Amino acid sequence: MKGKKLQKGTVARVLRYVRRYWFSLILSILLAAAVVVTTLYVPILIGQAIDCILEAGKVDFSAILNTLGLIALLVAATALCQWVMNTLNNRITYNVVRDIRQEAFQKIEELPLRYLDAHPHGEIVSRVIADVDQFADGLLMGFAQFFTGVATILGTLGFMLSINPAITLVVVLVTPLSFLVANFIARKTYSMFKLQSETRGEQTALIEEMIGSQKVVQAFGQEARMQQRFDEINGRLEQCSLRAIFYSSLVNPGTRFVNAIAYAGVGAAGAFAAVSGAITVGGLSCFLSYANQYTKPFNEISGVVTELQNALACAARIFELIDQPSQQPDAPDAKTLEQPRGEIMLQNVRFSYDPTQKLIEDLNLSVKPGMRVAIVGPTGCGKTTIINLLMRFYDVDGGSIAVDGEDIRSLTRRSLRTNYGMVLQETWLHAGTVRENIAFGRPDASEEEIVAAAKAAHAHSFIKRLPEGYDTVITEEDGMLSQGQRQLLCIARVMLCLPPMLILDEATSSIDTRTELKIQDAFAHMMQGRTSFIVAHRLSTIRSADLILVMRSGRIIEQGKHEELLAKGGFYAELYNSQFKH
Amino acid sequence: MKKLALYLKEYRKECVLGPLFKMLEASFELFVPLVVASIIDVGIANGDGGYILRMCGLLVLLGAVGLVSSVTAQYFAAKAAVGFAAKLKSALFAHIQSLSYTEIDTLGTSTMITRMTSDVNQVQSGVNLVLRLFLRSPFVVLGAMVMAFTIDARIALIFAAAIIALSIVVFGIMLISIPLYKKVQNRLDGVLGATRSNLTGVRVIRAFAREPQEIGAFTEKNEALAKTQRFVGRISALMNPLTYVLINAAIIWLIWAGAVRVDTGLLTQGEVVALYNYMSQILVELIKLANLIITITKSAACANRIAGVFEIRSSAVNGSRTEVAPDVETVRFDNVNLRYHGAAGDSLTGIDFTAKRGDTIGVIGGTGSGKSSLVNLIPRFYDATGGRVLVDGVDVREYDLHALREKIGVVPQHAVLFKGTIRENIRWGKPDASDQEIMQALETAQAMDVLRAKPQGLDTLIEQGGRNLSGGQRQRLTIARALVRKPEILILDDSASALDYATDARLRQAIRKTDATVFIVSQRASSIMYADKIIVLDDGVAVGTGTHEQLMQSCAVYQEIYYSQFPKEERA
Repeated sequence: MKGKKLQKGTVARVLRYVRRYWFSLILSILLAAAVVVTTLYVPILIGQAIDCILEAGKVDFSAILNTLGLIALLVAATALCQWVMNTLNNRITYNVVRDIRQEAFQKIEELPLRYLDAHPHGEIVSRVIADVDQFADGLLMGFAQFFTGVATILGTLGFMLSINPAITLVVVLVTPLSFLVANFIARKTYSMFKLQSETRGEQTALIEEMIGSQKVVQAFGQEARMQQRFDEINGRLEQCSLRAIFYSSLVNPGTRFVNAIAYAGVGAAGAFAAVSGAITVGGLSCFLSYANQYTKPFNEISGVVTELQNALACAARIFELIDQPSQQPDAPDAKTLEQPRGEIMLQNVRFSYDPTQKLIEDLNLSVKPGMRVAIVGPTGCGKTTIINLLMRFYDVDGGSIAVDGEDIRSLTRRSLRTNYGMVLQETWLHAGTVRENIAFGRPDASEEEIVAAAKAAHAHSFIKRLPEGYDTVITEEDGMLSQGQRQLLCIARVMLCLPPMLILDEATSSIDTRTELKIQDAFAHMMQGRTSFIVAHRLSTIRSADLILVMRSGRIIEQGKHEELLAKGGFYAELYNSQFKH
Repeated sequence: MKKLALYLKEYRKECVLGPLFKMLEASFELFVPLVVASIIDVGIANGDGGYILRMCGLLVLLGAVGLVSSVTAQYFAAKAAVGFAAKLKSALFAHIQSLSYTEIDTLGTSTMITRMTSDVNQVQSGVNLVLRLFLRSPFVVLGAMVMAFTIDARIALIFAAAIIALSIVVFGIMLISIPLYKKVQNRLDGVLGATRSNLTGVRVIRAFAREPQEIGAFTEKNEALAKTQRFVGRISALMNPLTYVLINAAIIWLIWAGAVRVDTGLLTQGEVVALYNYMSQILVELIKLANLIITITKSAACANRIAGVFEIRSSAVNGSRTEVAPDVETVRFDNVNLRYHGAAGDSLTGIDFTAKRGDTIGVIGGTGSGKSSLVNLIPRFYDATGGRVLVDGVDVREYDLHALREKIGVVPQHAVLFKGTIRENIRWGKPDASDQEIMQALETAQAMDVLRAKPQGLDTLIEQGGRNLSGGQRQRLTIARALVRKPEILILDDSASALDYATDARLRQAIRKTDATVFIVSQRASSIMYADKIIVLDDGVAVGTGTHEQLMQSCAVYQEIYYSQFPKEERA
């Protein structure tokens, strides 16, 4: 019941998207009706022409010529209508798909990170790509076959009735049988298909896991065992696939047999009617072709219905994404943060990703302009969480964060974020040229500025060695650049904007220490007079910080300068000294 | 493509019988118009009710025989297709498992997964469809023409003309639209790329407030896709109307020519009806054939991709030595060079050193300096392109790969665990390890607290990829997995990076107590400074080999690394 209602809602929404193209839609429906009528009328005309060919010497050539001329005209008109209709259907479908994708993408840009972090990216991508595609297929098929199918059935019935009601009855009585046969087989095979797709899923999971970690499998010599596991599933899959495919392939012969019966029935009834003179031979030939045409849409429609259901299920998945609440929009009176001094104040901040698991409780911190704050602590202690909060990727659950005395929730996100320069652990680069990537934050930067930024990040020399220099196109995950080089580009990206506040998350973790040494000067220069937050495992980068926050399980357990903390002999001292232990 | 046919060989019987029965079905169908013609010309003309009934009974019988042949054909086709796919998949899996790291690197994981899943499925449905339809459709088309010839040879020429014209239209449209569909696929890949990129880079995009530009770029890609789709749609929408026009033109011609010949007594009315029916049959089959060819082209593309994987041969030829006694010189590198496949320069040049039993060897250097490459040569994940790598005095290429890798415990850079319990995961290292051995390995790997945090202990279920564990927990379990086999050689490839300094130190201490020869790859000087021998790599060259003290005296690169992590005023 609930599923039905959900489906109805989905249909209504799909129609809302289609409504934008109402003119095309109405035209398409009218054309479809015209096509069906003329397609069905042509066999009648052919029958009439055949009736003019009785036997030697009894052929009415002028009547035949007239009829054939009319047929030619109708056929030409039908073909034209059909082409325009198909084109319109394509246009509606692809435009609707484009609109839905556009909306989904815009939603992605607005979704809170809480949602994006919690959902595998592959799943979201599959909604925007695979589901929308599947939906398009269903929609197009629905247009092309469902409507014309129904129209054909009705039209055929009408024409048949107009020729001879008795024979029509034969057709009407026999054809639902093919429907029943198809339905019966579909029901029987459903469980087989389900088993097949489950087994297939099991196999895919194994493939993904093992091929994905092929190197480990080989390192531990587990190939034979994996092959065994694979073949076991493979054998099961073969069995149930065979059953599913074979039984489902019975639909076609089954319905064809029913058609054959209908055809024979029409032949018999028609022939007797012809003998008694109730129908002409041309009428019979026309009936026979109708008998074929009439059953076909039934088969097609039953196929289309499953396809449509599938399409609706896909549509529902996309709408679910589109319906996700966007992040809280900026307040209408939100202020723009301009040239902040960089004074940051955290007061009684409370935050957690999962309401049942406390993470940050009552966090207080006061950072003066230009201060260098280092955050240290074991993995999972909440260091990256602080960044999420400072950048307002997540909103605090309680307390407040203020920049220059302004609660960040009263500022526009754009102005807050562009005033931070951020280098993250993951070295994400945009697909595009090296130049575009460095100018990511300032697309209007001049060539000199870009090169200067690259030089400052020690990226210039390796960029020059790339095949196309600054015009080298890099993709998101290509092997051309090493992890370290990618990180240098990320640094250059920030160097170009140089906002008043900085966030560096493990910024140097995959750059070797020698390169790091070289860019440390640049970093020091960059941090001059800027409030900076640095998260790093490498204690040497933290030693020169003005303030060290030692975090453990979401809490700041110690704060102070390096020497103070060492003297204190607490957790920081333990962390620091452990690197010298043998 | 031909290589794949190998897996179909076992189903030769099915491959012949399937299409044969399908043809049988088709030939029964071809008789139908003839029967109808005789109903008209004999039954109706003579008013013979008994004859009409007999003929209609014959129609039902033809249908029944057709049903039986068709079901038989479907069975054989399904059996051959499914069996073929299963064999192919199993062989493909085995083949991929036999590839060495070099080939795995060039192929890429996601490629291999698509080959094994969607590509094989596509080939399976292609084979199934081919066995069912490929003979049937041309047979019906040609059969209808032959039948037309038996009725009236002159008129049958119309059929020949119609078939040629139809083929030109159908295949012409396909030839034009197939490359266009490829273009659509490329555009779709672009849209997909933009979506994925925006998800992975969401933080950066928002940090730089680039959302509007990203939406703009997406709109462009999205519109380009829709435009191409609409264009292809317009062309492929021609298919139905054009075939419709052609067939009807042929019918008009047929009726006119038929009328002329009936008038002179060369043809009967019933025969004209039969000819007309044959023409309709041709239309139906041609449309099926066109769809079939689209499926076949897709399947053929997939088959080629799969064949491509089979063509990749493992570059590592297996040796034969299985039993090699431990030697005092556990590992020796004899002037080793390594150049990766397709790379422009060497990744390792002239590496030469010896590791004695029980030694700890530290390998340090910058990103891309060749640290992992060096240790990957020991279990022969890659083959040296120059010089020799010896384990227990024997060249690794002479070893049976299994026997060689049995001696070695590897902890890879990426901590990969598998779906299953902790016990099962640790047993990867030693299939018959007892719980006691497992506990001991966990203890050495400093992983006991991972276990203590889990109420189900060793039976704790690990999700695929170890998602339900933290990075540090995963790393320690992978270390335990390597330790449980009590390897002669233990390789830690930067595998303590997620551990804090304290745990890292305890781990190193515990490992020292085992009698394995240990290789530690690290960027942290603190992790390797107490090793018996430290190899300092710079751009693939060993610029220094020795103890910490020696290197602090002699090796500039080492000093630089060291002082970048321990500034001078501290302990140096």
